[in-house]
Amino acid sequence: MPKLTIDELAKMRDRTRRTMIPREGGEFRAKVNVHMGTCGIAAGARTVMTALIEEVERRGLTDVLLTSSGCAGLCSREPMMTVETAGKPPVKYVNLDAAKAREILERHVLGGSIVQAYALGVGSEKTDA
Amino acid sequence: MPETATEKTYRLHLMVCAGTGCVSNHAFEIKTALEEEIRKHKLEREVTIVPTGCNGFCERGPIMVVQPGNIFYQHLSVKDVPHLVEEHFLKGRPVAKLMYVPPAEKTPVPVLGDIPFFKKQVLVALRNRGLIDPEKIEESIARDGYKALAKALTGMTPEAIIAEVSRSGLRGRGGAGFPTGLKWQLVRSAVSPNGGGRYIVCNGDEGDPGAFMDRSILEADPHSVIEGMVIGAKAIGATAGFVYVRNEYPLAVARLGVALEQARAYGLLGTDILGTGFDFDIQIKRGAGAFVCGEETALIASIEGRLGEPRPRPPYPAQSGLWGKPTCINNVETWANVPLIIDRGSAWFAGIGTATSKGTKVFSLVGKINNTGLVEVPMGISLREIIYEIGGGIPAGKAFKAVQTGGPSGGCIPKEQIDLPIDYESLAAAGSMMGSGGMVVMDEDTCMVDVARYFLSFTRDESCGKCTPCREGTKAMLDILTRITEGKGVPEDIVLLEDLARAVKDTALCGLGKTAPNPVLTTLRYFRDEYEAHIERRKCPAHVCRQLNVYTIDPDLCLAKGKGCDVCRRNCASEAIRGEKGQAHAVLQDKCIKCGVCADVCAFGAVRVE
Repeated sequence: MPKLTIDELAKMRDRTRRTMIPREGGEFRAKVNVHMGTCGIAAGARTVMTALIEEVERRGLTDVLLTSSGCAGLCSREPMMTVETAGKPPVKYVNLDAAKAREILERHVLGGSIVQAYALGVGSEKTDA
Repeated sequence: MPETATEKTYRLHLMVCAGTGCVSNHAFEIKTALEEEIRKHKLEREVTIVPTGCNGFCERGPIMVVQPGNIFYQHLSVKDVPHLVEEHFLKGRPVAKLMYVPPAEKTPVPVLGDIPFFKKQVLVALRNRGLIDPEKIEESIARDGYKALAKALTGMTPEAIIAEVSRSGLRGRGGAGFPTGLKWQLVRSAVSPNGGGRYIVCNGDEGDPGAFMDRSILEADPHSVIEGMVIGAKAIGATAGFVYVRNEYPLAVARLGVALEQARAYGLLGTDILGTGFDFDIQIKRGAGAFVCGEETALIASIEGRLGEPRPRPPYPAQSGLWGKPTCINNVETWANVPLIIDRGSAWFAGIGTATSKGTKVFSLVGKINNTGLVEVPMGISLREIIYEIGGGIPAGKAFKAVQTGGPSGGCIPKEQIDLPIDYESLAAAGSMMGSGGMVVMDEDTCMVDVARYFLSFTRDESCGKCTPCREGTKAMLDILTRITEGKGVPEDIVLLEDLARAVKDTALCGLGKTAPNPVLTTLRYFRDEYEAHIERRKCPAHVCRQLNVYTIDPDLCLAKGKGCDVCRRNCASEAIRGEKGQAHAVLQDKCIKCGVCADVCAFGAVRVE
């Protein structure tokens, strides 16, 4: 470990802080939920999740929350993910792979426009009566 | 590209409590099991495990908090791990059965911030609690660690640093509450004999029974203490520092050692700190665990390699301390507060607390209390808020009786004063003291004479024996207290105890002896009727002093509920119980030695204690 200057100390702070954001309970611009049921994993949900994590890391994003959930009931269209951006209804994407997930991250999560080609529809199943 | 492992992004951070309490409850085995299950589900790239310092809610250990989401899991065991990993970390469904359920309720509270134990706490000294791995300096730096140091070394003169600390109103957290800024000023302006430097000492010789504040800070966030010391060194002009910590705190010693090495490697300690030309280094000095070594002159003697015995003051260590040089001694918690005062400013710090007691105080909450643990609260909070809102009240529906603050040097505060605000002056006026932060809660089943006897036996054992008042006085007081608890007290004992206590308080050489009578004086002040009951009526109202108890067996209960089970008779070593299986039993008072075993073994409550 090299000795730090004051400038390097501040840089190290910012660099490490980014990776610790999930611990701090701040606001997120978007939540991306990858469906990790047995069906999803068998269809390749894990490569989708890995691609998203690597992309978030590469871009140094601090306000995109990656979560998982179980089977959503539409097993034939897995891997699936749901993108929720602040103040907008959630969007479900189907038949994904790593490249599509990266594209959705760039165009929808960061760019704000829904990628119609991969989207199943807007809205989500109700969880309450 | 990430330069170190800590710079990787993970979607889930498992904050596993690795404080001494959870570690002794197998936290590391749980961590290993988590690693295996995470590997099995191929989640290594998604989920990271972070061992942290003490979470605080020790009662509920082993503890893990899952981020993001702040989901609090309690009482974990290795067998819970496979289900937890599959359900929550793979499929995103938090596991309700491992969550906290408030007493007398059924619905779990998933989020840490919603649990009453955490709600009223204000974290300053414990600001990184549960958020960093104490063995990774990068994580400390990410949470603004060493930011205040950079500011102090480049933008502030020593005088400005001292002025800032003075304005903050910070007072010593070791117990006596001396203003920290003033102490620094005294050390800075003291003339060192024969030239030479000044020293900084961190007092981590925490020895009160039931106290674990300093240990937890050193285990959870050693860099906050190191940074505080380097800032202090700049302020007073010291070139070397010592952390005096007891060897019976192995985890604290180890983590502090790792932290010192990492700080040195990054140039935050040693020569030319942060390239500013300032030199300062810190050594660990392990103490053998003598209570008296928490007293500053005894501590200095111990660091110098001499017998840990106090000497008269003045001269104070600020004038003549380690090897005769001006020395600044502050407690672990005091040092941990310093970086935030420099970083956020004295006004911010002074905005917390009361007119004379600023900031927060860490307490270890133990004894007859539902939520045992480590808490940090703003000064001025009432005992009621700590005991009932944070502590969750007294277990098993018992009545609150008293709380002992300040350990063996402090006193017992009775239930009548439960609305007492926690600050230096209020506690002193009540006959107790802030102390380093031990808080032992007592319920109706506690005998206050026995409590005084317990603390006096502690100080008698820990007295170094150098001065007569402490050596002989603690023994004489203990003899009287023992006599009273054995039912051999005489009416003159109360006056004699008071006289002795005042004499020892006035004449003992050091703080240990001067404060040792406090438990006696406060119990005499608030619970004199209990002393009188022991002496005049030969009764212990709480039935703790067994020699004063009379054991009898209710013949109807014995027969109706226990069917004359005979267990008491078989367990009585002095053959003082009459009866046969199937019959009502009775105690033969002339043979009974009052050991209480019959009451302990009777499953039907038929043995009466009066």
